[in-house]
Amino acid sequence: MNPFDYERAADAAGAVSTVTDRPDAVFLAGGTNLVDHLKLGVAEPDLVVDINRLELTEVEALDDGGLRIGAMVRNSDAAADPRIRRDYPLLARALLSGASGQLRNAATMGGNLLQRTRCVYFQDTSTPCNKREPGAGCSAIGGYTRYHAILGASADCVATHPSDMAVALTALDATVVVLGATGERRISVTELHRLPGDRPEQDTVLEHGELITALELPPPRPGASTYRKIRDRASYAFALVSVAARVDVDTAGHAPVIREAAIALGGVAHKPWRARAAEAVLRGAEPTAETFLAAADAELEAAEPLDGNRFKVPMTRGAISSVLAELTGVPEALPESTTEDTHE
Amino acid sequence: MSDLLTTTAVGTHQARLDGPAKVRGLAPYAYEHPFDDPLFLYPLQAKIARGQAAHIDPSAAEAAEGVVHVLTHDNAPELADTDDGELAILRSAEIGFRGQYLGAVIATTPEQARHAASLIEITYAQDDHDVELREDHPASREPESGSGDDVRTGNVDTALAEAAVSIDERYSTPMEHNNPMEPHTTVALRDGDELTLWTSTQGVHPARATLAPILGVEQEKIRIISPHVGGGFGSKGLPHADMMLTALAAQAVPGRPVKYAVTRQQMFSITGYRAPTLQHIRLGARTDGTLTAFAYDAISMSSQTKEFPEESTKPGRMMYAGDNRRLTQRVVPLDVPVPSWMRAPGEASGMVGLEIAMDELAVAAGIDPIELRVRNDPTTDPDTGLPFNQRRLIDCLREGADRFGWEKRNPQPRARQENGWFVGMGVASATYPASRQPGSVARIRRTPEGFEVSIGAADLGTGTWTVLSQTAADALGVPIGQVDLRIGDTALPNATVAGGSTGLASWSTAIVTAAQELRSEHGADPAIGAEAHGEAEANPAAEKFALHSFGAHFAEVRIQPTTGEIRLRRMFGMFSAGRIVNPTTARSQLIGGMTMGVGMALHEKGELDPRFGHVVNHDLAEYHVPVNADITDIEADWLDEKDPQAGPLGARGVGEIGIVGAAAAIANAAFNATGVRVRDLPIFGDAFLPT
Amino acid sequence: MGHSLHLTVDGQEHTLVVDSRTTLLDALRDRLGVMSAKKGCDHGQCGACTVLVDGRRLNSCLALALTHDGAEVTTADGLAPEGEFSTLQRAFLAHDAFQCGYCTPGQVCSAAGMLAEAADGAPSVVTDDLEGPVELSEEEIRERMSGNLCRCGAYVNIVTAVSRAAEESR
Repeated sequence: MNPFDYERAADAAGAVSTVTDRPDAVFLAGGTNLVDHLKLGVAEPDLVVDINRLELTEVEALDDGGLRIGAMVRNSDAAADPRIRRDYPLLARALLSGASGQLRNAATMGGNLLQRTRCVYFQDTSTPCNKREPGAGCSAIGGYTRYHAILGASADCVATHPSDMAVALTALDATVVVLGATGERRISVTELHRLPGDRPEQDTVLEHGELITALELPPPRPGASTYRKIRDRASYAFALVSVAARVDVDTAGHAPVIREAAIALGGVAHKPWRARAAEAVLRGAEPTAETFLAAADAELEAAEPLDGNRFKVPMTRGAISSVLAELTGVPEALPESTTEDTHE
Repeated sequence: MSDLLTTTAVGTHQARLDGPAKVRGLAPYAYEHPFDDPLFLYPLQAKIARGQAAHIDPSAAEAAEGVVHVLTHDNAPELADTDDGELAILRSAEIGFRGQYLGAVIATTPEQARHAASLIEITYAQDDHDVELREDHPASREPESGSGDDVRTGNVDTALAEAAVSIDERYSTPMEHNNPMEPHTTVALRDGDELTLWTSTQGVHPARATLAPILGVEQEKIRIISPHVGGGFGSKGLPHADMMLTALAAQAVPGRPVKYAVTRQQMFSITGYRAPTLQHIRLGARTDGTLTAFAYDAISMSSQTKEFPEESTKPGRMMYAGDNRRLTQRVVPLDVPVPSWMRAPGEASGMVGLEIAMDELAVAAGIDPIELRVRNDPTTDPDTGLPFNQRRLIDCLREGADRFGWEKRNPQPRARQENGWFVGMGVASATYPASRQPGSVARIRRTPEGFEVSIGAADLGTGTWTVLSQTAADALGVPIGQVDLRIGDTALPNATVAGGSTGLASWSTAIVTAAQELRSEHGADPAIGAEAHGEAEANPAAEKFALHSFGAHFAEVRIQPTTGEIRLRRMFGMFSAGRIVNPTTARSQLIGGMTMGVGMALHEKGELDPRFGHVVNHDLAEYHVPVNADITDIEADWLDEKDPQAGPLGARGVGEIGIVGAAAAIANAAFNATGVRVRDLPIFGDAFLPT
Repeated sequence: MGHSLHLTVDGQEHTLVVDSRTTLLDALRDRLGVMSAKKGCDHGQCGACTVLVDGRRLNSCLALALTHDGAEVTTADGLAPEGEFSTLQRAFLAHDAFQCGYCTPGQVCSAAGMLAEAADGAPSVVTDDLEGPVELSEEEIRERMSGNLCRCGAYVNIVTAVSRAAEESR
């Protein structure tokens, strides 16, 4: 760990101004990702501005019926907030799917959004990585890619975004409130994170020195919603694939019809993946097992899996259809029998 | 056969005597003894897998704040013996594996040491490396340090061709890492010509006996202290390079303790691991399932730096009969870190292939897998021809089946579905040798309060503090409160390593012998200060009997067919392990072994990247061991028995057998649930998804 | 680069000078000699370093010490003031909820924090009704204790111990 200066920020504007003026300065919130990276040498700031005492810790009702969550609200406190549990259960479930009880007590809402990838090569400074060192090359391509992207990746980077919470916020069409040196701006969560393209070092559209001060949730929308995480362990593991979904079914007519669906996927791309193609198939369709699979297939048409993660395509397909079945009460389609199949 | 000890404390529940200190966090592990003015070490590690560190420039580190010394092969102390490639470190610029130690920085604070190490420029001359294990590898050869020759009896090929039922399959186990929760740690202090190491080891005396000749000093000049060990599972059984590096560093800064706790990432290349194996198994049987042909060809990865064979064929030698037999064990030395002991080395990996193969044979023959094993239970050891001490595998299978509810199993795969999950049951046998090592010595001294019992044994969570106190109490015929046990220090009498499930049998024999000596030398009521020694000899029964423990694992798993998720639902293990000295700690060890077996089955795999030569998922976020939520319901029990061939306690040790066969039971349950046969561990959900 | 820091650890007040890089865990172990908090991975991946900071369970390895200037830190040792074991610690002893003991102080602190969270009504990912009361079933305990690895495999006994302690303290 390189030596660095340490300052405790007294107010958000001061923190933003301090970091803006120092190209190698960083904000420190919950620390669960940054302190990890300081030890690994992945982050090498010369100044750490600690924002833990900023008063960005309120969860407040908005006039439009939505909710504003301060950026320094801890993940566990957000998940336990009665309004979030009642009106945004997929957000509560996504938060509770992440990390561990201890980590959620430290991790903040703003910091969770800005987590960096868990790509093992990104985290290992002894291997080349374009995200860590632009132009160095991508070690994941041709390497260990179990947790890597199948959608929206580039020749320079196949990393995934590790957050569960961000996937839920993407399905919820949340907005991020950002304070910069020139003032405040609002960014849709769906626009916050980038695809890697030829600049994988840039995770988000934020400029250096910009600070997330709050998240805003639109008023609760009708329908059933949930968050489902598929992982190698039963807990305390990053997602292989996750699905945040809300489905609103009109049951008034002769046959039920899907009025609206919002789906976001985790573990499959460099950013939380809003599944617009799947949503388009669902909108106006009858909720059946076949419809759900068709929706999943529409989204996965663009999938470009790597040698190490081909399984993610059927896994994502199964996860989407399974979640939609659960939310609509439609029986799930089982894959055809593979008796006496073998796995080599 | 030895006379069995009359017991009062042995065989009964006794809460861990080290428990009160441990629930407060006050039992001192290696790093945690009080030290004055310590220094901190951070190592330099090779970033190539083969070649030379052509130039190491320590100047930037030497100039950094707080740095006291930079150790490299240019200035490292001479070694007296360099035969052990793993421990003879810092000899030259040569690099044998990625992660190999190239030096160390010693500084006043841990932050300074780590930062200074990152400033050191190393220029490499890189050679091509080879880290890929494959069956047809040209370097494949018989192990030099193997435990047995090839077996070729009868004609396997003919018997297989003529067999009514046969299977011919390939199985593999991956690189697995011990990952005890306490990272390997050494604090070394050189004081004059004496060296003291506070370290985390499964054997203080064996560690000293290994290090002393390499360092070129008399054993008496080295003291090793290790009262509490935060888990080991074999990785702290043999000293690894981290202990040597700290010892060398201490030579450079006499008078000040040097502290080095290996980081979790470094453990993946420095502190040993279970080598991956490739297993080719062919079984031939009559229509009734009795084996006629048994062929088992196995290969394990080893290191160019030092050989260690993961002998997965070991249990195949004695588990099942068959007139025509062939067993071969090969190793492929590669440019990889040095493998070592991991819980039940050989048995744990071997009983994956063999016990899945037996399940496949049962399916092929249309016979219940328990019945198949019963029909192939040999009366004498197929390997040595000796009679078994107690071979109660069938009892374990049958009693276990009753307790588990095996009769509810539908032999047809995909027959049972609950809430959208396929559910299946599987069984597998367990076995582990019952060995006793000679050479442990106990000293018992009468004190005003009772008896001081001293032996350099180790407690790595195994319950040694407790069970040896129970043993001493019965050997002396006094309440346990009168026993003052001392372990984990070379200042105490010699003890053999806590490994191979030999600790209890070996150390308890020394204690019982010492108690007999005390009585015979000093009478029934020895005077205060009276003392006696007792030494454990080799077990004479080992000449006449094949000494083994047995067991049976039963697992129920559920698998979500649309997402592939696989989860353990419940597991039960029934064991025959001789007398159980402390049912509380023994149950914990057995359940613990089974829990690690769940990891082996469903989670654990070191991903060795062939391009770089190191394990890239080298931490506990990416290398998965089971978490609490993965272990829904595990129970273990044992047959009520004593083994008169095992020693005065009649106990055989339970440290390893819990993991042996556990993973196969889960793999077999997964097949029963889904009809998908997974032969390569671990079983990820991918296996159950359409491709 | 020394920075002054004030901590109350297990009821004892300390003022110390630390490097800006020093974590709360290293401040405890290397500066104050408080060894009850353990270092298992140093990256928030094992939970051995879990302590209570102002009553909440945290991984002390992923916190800079300076962030917690003025905080009250409780380790497993602090849960047994004057050697008087907490209900949880007695349950861990009674149910053999550990083997090597290295993860144990973190497990105990985590369980203490977890019971407080549950008492406050905080749900977990396995809670069916996010708005209903929290019943600490074994499934709930397993999920909520999953941030603490135990390589010896004492999980089933840990769940029993925590479950009994929860019943007793209700």
